[in-house]
Amino acid sequence: MSANAQLRHAAADTPELPGDVGRCEDFLVHEASLLDDGRFDEWLALFTDDACYWVPSEPNQASPHDTVSLIYDDRRLLETRVRRLASPRIYSQEPPSRTSRMIGNVRIEATQPDGGRLVRSKFVLVEYRREQQRLFAGTCLHQLVPLAGVIRIKMKRVNLVNCDAPLDGLVVPF
Amino acid sequence: MQPPPAEDLAKLIQPGRVHRRLYTDPAIFDLEMERIFGGPAWVYLGHESQIKQPGDYFATRLGRKPVVMVRDADRAVRVLHNQCAHRGALVVATEKGNTSEFICCYHGWTYHLDGKLKAVPLNHGYPSEFDPANPNVAMLQVSRVTSYRGFVFASEAKSGPSLEEWLGHMTTSFDDLIDRAPEGEIEVAGGVLKHAFDANWKVYFENLCDAAHPLFVHRSSIDAAQQQSDAVYSDGSGEIAIRQMRQNGAPYSFWETQVGIWTTPNGHSYLGDYHDDSKLVAAMQDPVFRGYIDALEKKKGREEARRILEVRRWNSNVYPNVSFMSQFQQLRVVYPIAVNRTAVHTYNFRLKGAPEQMFRNTISFANTVNGTGSLVLTDDLEIYNRLDMGLSSEGAEWVQIGRGYRSDVADSHGGRRGKNSTSEVYIRNMYDAWVKLMTQTGGASARAAA
Repeated sequence: MSANAQLRHAAADTPELPGDVGRCEDFLVHEASLLDDGRFDEWLALFTDDACYWVPSEPNQASPHDTVSLIYDDRRLLETRVRRLASPRIYSQEPPSRTSRMIGNVRIEATQPDGGRLVRSKFVLVEYRREQQRLFAGTCLHQLVPLAGVIRIKMKRVNLVNCDAPLDGLVVPF
Repeated sequence: MQPPPAEDLAKLIQPGRVHRRLYTDPAIFDLEMERIFGGPAWVYLGHESQIKQPGDYFATRLGRKPVVMVRDADRAVRVLHNQCAHRGALVVATEKGNTSEFICCYHGWTYHLDGKLKAVPLNHGYPSEFDPANPNVAMLQVSRVTSYRGFVFASEAKSGPSLEEWLGHMTTSFDDLIDRAPEGEIEVAGGVLKHAFDANWKVYFENLCDAAHPLFVHRSSIDAAQQQSDAVYSDGSGEIAIRQMRQNGAPYSFWETQVGIWTTPNGHSYLGDYHDDSKLVAAMQDPVFRGYIDALEKKKGREEARRILEVRRWNSNVYPNVSFMSQFQQLRVVYPIAVNRTAVHTYNFRLKGAPEQMFRNTISFANTVNGTGSLVLTDDLEIYNRLDMGLSSEGAEWVQIGRGYRSDVADSHGGRRGKNSTSEVYIRNMYDAWVKLMTQTGGASARAAA
């Protein structure tokens, strides 16, 4: 490969991570499949070492630190959450949930200097467990960053349309 | 449907056991709504800081009944039935706000903040017997409304014990929560978390002071937290969550030697000596907590600050519908919806004069124990659902609540306490209150005849 070709290749690869909207959408669909398939360790591996995962309790909630959240995990707690999902003693997953997610309306909200993208998407999630089916919907905000040649999630925020409703327990991540 | 007669109700409660119908029979549930939530018991509604200014209101429920707690123009706290005197529509449809009057959206009937009728559009068409000055043509006020140091309670019975009589020694738990504020004042802040489950309301309270359940029910989060590396990045919130989950893994010997359960008359209880602040915050040397102690000592003096921090109560349960915890400033309100459906709304308090980071810790703790996606709460919710499914099987007729029955001892505050925290004395104590309220005639039925 010539030097110019190498440069072009690098230009096509590295700066475009996470790249255009199609590439972001592919990534979100991949993430959704991991969750639907119960591959939670692989899902966790998509996050950066300083990532957070946030499901606010109020529409337009400004901060996870001065207002309560349905879920607010820093990286340490997210690891604990995922480890618990594999526990044979997690009674709230006995029997386990089955889920199916649709991701759509993906668009890039902002491009950051490090090549990162703030990506907004819509989702519909059906969860079935023990003769009951629940429907969730909302908007996701992903902060995707390039890291060692791959896309990683630095922040995932899930705005449920019914975030302030009295909800039964939420065990499988959105 | 005829309600079960009093003597039959009393038979459902026996020494050390209660009948499963208490959790599954819709007729008993309806009677509880009338005689407990609609009787002489004081039911918690909200905190005065939720309605600071005249015209501020908070729409909530008293048992299943929609009511509005409102700050009147004279600053008094009123509680009104949220029902128009005309055709009965719900008047206040938003959960909170500020207004100068309440207007029904159906025909525009308008009410003062104290519920009295203010104006009726097109008022010439009503019959001459209709008298807008009749005090019953109003958004009716709930019979009795009283606050204890800012905590608002209501009772539907026209007479009965005063709030302070009802609370008895439990006032000291409220004092503990308020006294922890360096400026001696607390306020509701940080939003509300709501969760729901498919089981009877009573199972919730029967779990809150259950010291024998964490090690088993919360095994999955205990194990996951114990295996968690503390080298992984945390912004502080995960650290608090993981510490609490590990604490749930204290061995049975801890619960049997270092923790106590106390009860007081009227169904109340608290778990004590669960742990002191040094186990709840990073350490006594934690700079935020040090700053808090300094602020407390400055305002209250060193001796009083020490006295305040040495009150080590975990959950204080005030029958029939509120439970709170001073050390992380949490409060939970139980809303019965149906015999097998319950909602719980949880609030946080800000301690005035404490460092801002304290409140951030309060939020992290709330997410850990009350978040709908909490690693801890979700297993409790599963247990509640399984209780309802199991009790519906009509297998064993009696539910066992006898643990510690023969070893409980009398307490100087008029109640009984367990030999140690694993006694089910607090459940038996709630049923003592239940029998009293459900079988006496001085409650809602007397009110109806008056």
